[in-house]
Amino acid sequence: MAFEGLTDKLQAAFSKLSGRGKLTEKDVKEAMREVRMALLEADVNFLVVKDFIKKVTDRAVGEQVFDTLNAGQTVVKIVREEMTAMMGGTHSRIEFTGNPPTVIMLIGLQGAGKTTLAGKLAGMLLKQGKKPMLVAADVYRPAAIKQLQIVGSQVNVPVFEMGQDKPVSIVRAAKKEAIRTLHDVMIVDTAGRLQIDDTLMTELEDIKAELNPQEILLVVDAMTGQEAVNVAKTFDERLNLTGVVLSKLDGDTRGGAALSIRAVTGKPIKFASIGEKLDQIEPFHPDRMASRILGMGDVLTLIDKAVEAVDEKKAVELEQKLRKNQFTLEDFLEQFQQVRKMGGMADMLSMLPGGNKIASEVDEDEVNKSMGKTEAIIRSMTPKERRNPGILNASRKRRIAAGSGTTVQQVNQLLKQFEQSQQMMKQFTKMGKGGKFGRKFPFKF
Amino acid sequence: MSEVNEKKEKKGLFARLKEGMSKTRESITHAIDTLAGVYKELDDDFYDELEMILISADVGVATTEKIIDKLKEEVRARREGNPENVKGILKEIVADMMQAEPFNPQSPTVVLVVGVNGVGKTTTIGKLGCYYKEQGKNVILAAADTFRAAATEQLTIWAQRAGVPIVAHGEGADPAAVVFDAVASAKAKKADLLIIDTAGRLHNKTHLMEELKKIRRVIDRDFPEATVRVFMVLDGTTGQNGVSQARVFRDAVDVDGIILTKLDGTAKGGVVISIQEELKLPVYFIGVGEQKEDLQVFDPKDYAEAIF
Ligand SMILES: Nc1nc2c(ncn2[C@@H]2O[C@H](COP(=O)(O)OP(=O)(O)OP(=O)(O)O)[C@@H](O)[C@H]2O)c(=O)[nH]1
Ligand SMILES: [Mg+2]
Repeated sequence: MAFEGLTDKLQAAFSKLSGRGKLTEKDVKEAMREVRMALLEADVNFLVVKDFIKKVTDRAVGEQVFDTLNAGQTVVKIVREEMTAMMGGTHSRIEFTGNPPTVIMLIGLQGAGKTTLAGKLAGMLLKQGKKPMLVAADVYRPAAIKQLQIVGSQVNVPVFEMGQDKPVSIVRAAKKEAIRTLHDVMIVDTAGRLQIDDTLMTELEDIKAELNPQEILLVVDAMTGQEAVNVAKTFDERLNLTGVVLSKLDGDTRGGAALSIRAVTGKPIKFASIGEKLDQIEPFHPDRMASRILGMGDVLTLIDKAVEAVDEKKAVELEQKLRKNQFTLEDFLEQFQQVRKMGGMADMLSMLPGGNKIASEVDEDEVNKSMGKTEAIIRSMTPKERRNPGILNASRKRRIAAGSGTTVQQVNQLLKQFEQSQQMMKQFTKMGKGGKFGRKFPFKF
Repeated sequence: MSEVNEKKEKKGLFARLKEGMSKTRESITHAIDTLAGVYKELDDDFYDELEMILISADVGVATTEKIIDKLKEEVRARREGNPENVKGILKEIVADMMQAEPFNPQSPTVVLVVGVNGVGKTTTIGKLGCYYKEQGKNVILAAADTFRAAATEQLTIWAQRAGVPIVAHGEGADPAAVVFDAVASAKAKKADLLIIDTAGRLHNKTHLMEELKKIRRVIDRDFPEATVRVFMVLDGTTGQNGVSQARVFRDAVDVDGIILTKLDGTAKGGVVISIQEELKLPVYFIGVGEQKEDLQVFDPKDYAEAIF
């Protein structure tokens, strides 16, 4: 799948960066080429991509690499942070007026999903205790009014319509009717139109002037390509949007249009429409969207877990011990627990690009069992034994085996493994500052 | 309603296409012309800029690189050194990639129209109905979108505009049953062309794709003497997801080709080049507006001409 290929590529580019304390411009440039490709494949507008890459490059160059992560992951982190920041916070609120009715106007290209969204919003607001009314102002598309009427009846919200009258007259009468019948919100469904259709854009301006809406929401199909920028920009310039709604986000699109729209309008994306059923609307999650656009939610989750699980101070202590050659079985145990915290080996592997394949070959139960055994063995040792495994004689080993439900053979195996690790560590630390501990787990399981 | 709908003055088909795509054409031609003025020779920057122009037309990164590689090859082979002439070569390459056999439905033919939500299926069927009716064919429409609110009513209005009969059961009915009846009606009336509207569906919804397969099975089983053509309607503003749509619909119901809509906007629909490259699905028609005459037989040369 293209999706996995991308994650692999990104990680491959990033992995080249690992092992250095700081990122050079050249490192970052190389990785950015992959990020650029990823964003373009996700339909982020090419000009937005250009700006974004510049921003990230500026920030990444010279950034100190966090001890527990390799340089590549640091870049990924910066990319996501910048993207999430660009996506803005969560704004899934509707602005209500103290002087009802609150007017919400839905606008957008043809086929964007306005009518369905009108029904969803009406249903949502009704549940929140409002008294909404729908207004049919799409007088052009055949059966558009009928569609809104059906949708309205499905959510139990009345629909105001005047057939194929002029939209401005319709909304004027609708507002009067809303006031008369004490409806405190009116949701206006307008006809889909091209942003370059001056006549119809003027019509929207007239409706806006008539209603003075609290919300003007642009509904955009999440599958939109490079043109999202021009569409959003023109609608915003002419109508001054209060927000955006992304529709059809239940598809498999990466949805780069979301980033483009944010970049050119700066307006919040308020809701995501995620299905044809009328309750399938949800607040927009900027962070999830960022991961989705990058097509690497899993890798990012892993990094989050790593940051969470690894206590930086402990990592430093551990490094000190290593330098002084004081690495004990207690530390060994701690390493195991860290892996555990990150969800276990197989889980961790599967989150890594390409790791899926390895993970599928690894017998998860087997790995977890063997990890569990190792832990049990160490736990059955006294603190003294853990610090100084040299004192482990045959009777102590028998006791440990019995206590951990293993065999003496397995205890010996672990001790041998530990010895090898210590050996490795010594070499590792001799290599000097290049090899900071914690970046990799030097153990074989 | 007709007054409102007829608000735009009538124009010839070709004028409409040209007008419809003029904004697109202007911007790209302008970009390339500017390029040709700025670049005195064909260096990396020149090609990089060209690449950006293709990407901004939603051609996609991989296909763009392919096109640029081909272009470089051609330029080398022809010993071309003048940026001005590169535009012509580029058009040739794109037109070449988009060649397709014309669609001449033999009687009886069933056209099954599929696609994701809101791309313009129903409207396109209305236009197709008008188009073939005007050519003297005996056309029937079938309203097998029984899911979306008022979908049947929408198609009924189009059937009236075209002056052709429609087979419909209404909302909530089994779409396969509508198709079953439509096939029977087409046989009884000796129709030349049966065009079936289906509900918009996102291609990643397995159960909805299964429903579509069932429809196709009904046609194949009950109307074996008919030629079946499946067209996927693609919104011209769609980005790279178009490839995924085409792949999944093709795998499900053996799509024959694409109808590319909404080219009267600023979008170029360049993803069809990737679809043609990767999946060998040609474009048959393009939609350039909301009126019945806003349908064009796809012409690769015109398309390339219109974009560049
Ligand atoms: N500008 C423009 N609008 C179009 C074109 N084709 C269709 N539309 C409009 O796009 C909107 C959606 O068209 P429909 O024909 O209802 O689309 P659909 O695919 O049948 O939609 P669903 O059945 O809801 O999935 C309508 O407002 C159409 O008028 C076109 O070529 N250009
Ligand atoms: Mg339809």
